[in-house]
Amino acid sequence: MIQKESRGKKLLTLFFSMLYISAFTFGGGFVIVNFMRRRFVDELHWIDEQEMLDMVSLAQSSPGAIAVNAAILVGWKVGGFAGMLAAVLGTVIPPMVILSVISLFYQAFAANRYVALCLRGMSCGVAAVILDVALSLGKSVLKTGKWVHYAVMAAAFAATFFFRVNVVWIILCAAAVGIALEAAARKGGRKS
Amino acid sequence: MMLLQLFLSFLQIGMFSIGGGYAAIPLIRSQTVEIHPWLTETQFMDLATIAEMTPGPIAVNGATFVGLKVAGLPGALAATLGCILPSMILVSLLSWIYRRYREMSALQNVLGSLRPAVVALILSAGLNMLLQNLFGGRSISLSGISWAGAALFAAAFLALRKWKFNPILVMAACGAGGLILGLLGVF
Repeated sequence: MIQKESRGKKLLTLFFSMLYISAFTFGGGFVIVNFMRRRFVDELHWIDEQEMLDMVSLAQSSPGAIAVNAAILVGWKVGGFAGMLAAVLGTVIPPMVILSVISLFYQAFAANRYVALCLRGMSCGVAAVILDVALSLGKSVLKTGKWVHYAVMAAAFAATFFFRVNVVWIILCAAAVGIALEAAARKGGRKS
Repeated sequence: MMLLQLFLSFLQIGMFSIGGGYAAIPLIRSQTVEIHPWLTETQFMDLATIAEMTPGPIAVNGATFVGLKVAGLPGALAATLGCILPSMILVSLLSWIYRRYREMSALQNVLGSLRPAVVALILSAGLNMLLQNLFGGRSISLSGISWAGAALFAAAFLALRKWKFNPILVMAACGAGGLILGLLGVF
């Protein structure tokens, strides 16, 4: 393996890879992670398959955008702190530019009757997409068969939908339940 | 002052949205519609639509859109920085722990139990958006329902659930449907 293929060049490759993937990947974090695997595992051979899988599951279970999280992990692995910065910049620049352009048009066109109709129609589709995702995820929670999970799900829904409790509190309460469960499981002698 | 508020709001969004973009939607709504008067309900729905239709993380899209609207380019930068900073600190830390111990099960167990709550939040965000589409802020009653909106939603839901159509395609089709129904004067 050639370790010293010029660090600067490696960082540039990392930056432009993320820039390209981020600019052309529609469909959110789960999709972009696949493209990253193809690029960094199959094409560049910077990361092996198993480590990439670990990174993906870490990125998905950590707070924040999955794509940004995955970029941070790949960046550290490939080029340390500078690599992390290069990967994150590459990931956020395309959406920032695209959304800036759209915002410009939005301010001007949102009042236009045809644009408004289109947006209203699309937002019916967005509601369907979000509810479809919620149902699929909900099914997987139901499959766990853990009554604590059912209770957390029901309580969280009631708190947010009916009582408009701040979302942050709901997440913190659920995390507290998770920590309590994990502590109890460890005390009970289950090896992690 | 406004920049600091934007930064702090999106810091919370970045810190507490666990499980990808859909988890960020309820948090963005809470921060930009309920807590701060930055977006109207309609503007928020437009933002969600635009964020879904364009590449890039929903939270970053939201940060740019809201930041620009509230405080121009500095606002967009402050909000975006806020939403990626928690990841940069936390995930870097996790990356270090992973490299050292290769053992994450305790953390992943705890985060895994957040999942039911996150699902509930996403469900609630979806329902809110559906109700807004069907009743547009009016009280919920059969006479006030937008039948065209209901039909669009039902068709989209069926296409996604039963036939597994590509979501981007479904949303684009709904846009075209909205335009046609609107021109016919029923939407």
